[in-house]
Amino acid sequence: MNSLHDMGGMHGFGPVEAELNEPPFHQPWEGRVLAMQRAMGFTRLWTIDAGRASMEALPPLQYLGSSYYERWFLGLEHRLLQRGLVEADELAAGHALHPPAPLPRRLTPDDVPKTLVRGNFERPATAVARFKPGDRVRTRNINPPTHTRLPRYARGKQGVVEAVRGCHVFPDTAAIDAGENPQWLYAVVFSGRELWGEDTDPSLKVSIEAFEPYLEPA
Amino acid sequence: MPADDHHPHDHSHGSELSDLQLRVRALETILTEKGYVEPAALDDIVEAFETRIGPHIGARIVAKAWADPAFKQALLADATKAANALGHQSPVGSHLIAVENTPTRHNLVVCTLCSCYPWEVLGLPPVWYKSAPYRSRAVIDPRGVLADFGVALPPDTEIRVWDSTAETRFLVVPMRPAGTEGWSDERLAELVTRDSMIGTGLPKTADEAGR
Repeated sequence: MNSLHDMGGMHGFGPVEAELNEPPFHQPWEGRVLAMQRAMGFTRLWTIDAGRASMEALPPLQYLGSSYYERWFLGLEHRLLQRGLVEADELAAGHALHPPAPLPRRLTPDDVPKTLVRGNFERPATAVARFKPGDRVRTRNINPPTHTRLPRYARGKQGVVEAVRGCHVFPDTAAIDAGENPQWLYAVVFSGRELWGEDTDPSLKVSIEAFEPYLEPA
Repeated sequence: MPADDHHPHDHSHGSELSDLQLRVRALETILTEKGYVEPAALDDIVEAFETRIGPHIGARIVAKAWADPAFKQALLADATKAANALGHQSPVGSHLIAVENTPTRHNLVVCTLCSCYPWEVLGLPPVWYKSAPYRSRAVIDPRGVLADFGVALPPDTEIRVWDSTAETRFLVVPMRPAGTEGWSDERLAELVTRDSMIGTGLPKTADEAGR
């Protein structure tokens, strides 16, 4: 989806401003949003990719005008409504008004340590890897209206495969409930000049982690 | 005020913020009443990120790599496995990748599409890491970003930017500062800043550590 979340290479956002001794959360509600997000993610009702997609689908001005945890909250609310877990009258009332939907599983305090370890998205290979380190590749020029992890700045560009990461859940299908559809994942490195033109600092190299369907031989 | 306080359309008005606080509270009430979440589990998650999971974990890993060449080799080969072999910390999940700074190459990590970050070893990402200025510029003008952090590198040093576009996560192993020969792992770890493990900073020098 070509939305504002895909920010690589944009101009005009100003300098990076770091905050000294920044706390993990600036307001208690931010921690609650993070925790609700983790707890509802644990239910397996949706994939991590669908979670990202729901934030990318926010209207552009809302995406830019919201703080990070505000976006998470809006994305979570959207998913809960979309999947019928919560209804609009309940949000308005601030209380449950309808019976709950069944959950595949529910996060208890005993299971919290499991949510503090990142999930493993590698899956058994269903085919032989098409590329190997050193291969020259070109990224495809794709513009799906749905979730993808190929950033716009790296589409239609020539690069070199640097590493093979294994076969992983394919976000483009997992985000739209079309299955894990595991695909080989590669580190692909590009020169700054390939991405940004001949005037670019020659010392710059950028790599992305690219799924095999994003690539063709070059 | 919450995150992203430097972009032009920020919702910094008090009324909107309190409205958001009320909405978050209402949602937690609804999810609890429906039996979808247990507040005690939510408390535990918040507590873990406020007290246990932070850049001290990554600093310990980097210090060990500086002090022990065999560990560094293992870390660069499989960072998840090497980090978990250290023990005494929250386990690290799959596909953590350690990338080493050298005199000729400096690594910088970004997630242009969202906020992917090795939070198991660095804690939650700082606001700037998730902000539009960093996500937009890191891949096109990393030296400008480094300048924002007060870091200037020789013009011929290769700047390698890692865009975290999949479920792999990157930890930068900065160069060991001069004058730290014979230091204990604990002392070395005090030199390793969070930003030096993202690539937007350098470790403290031996002199700075004493201050």
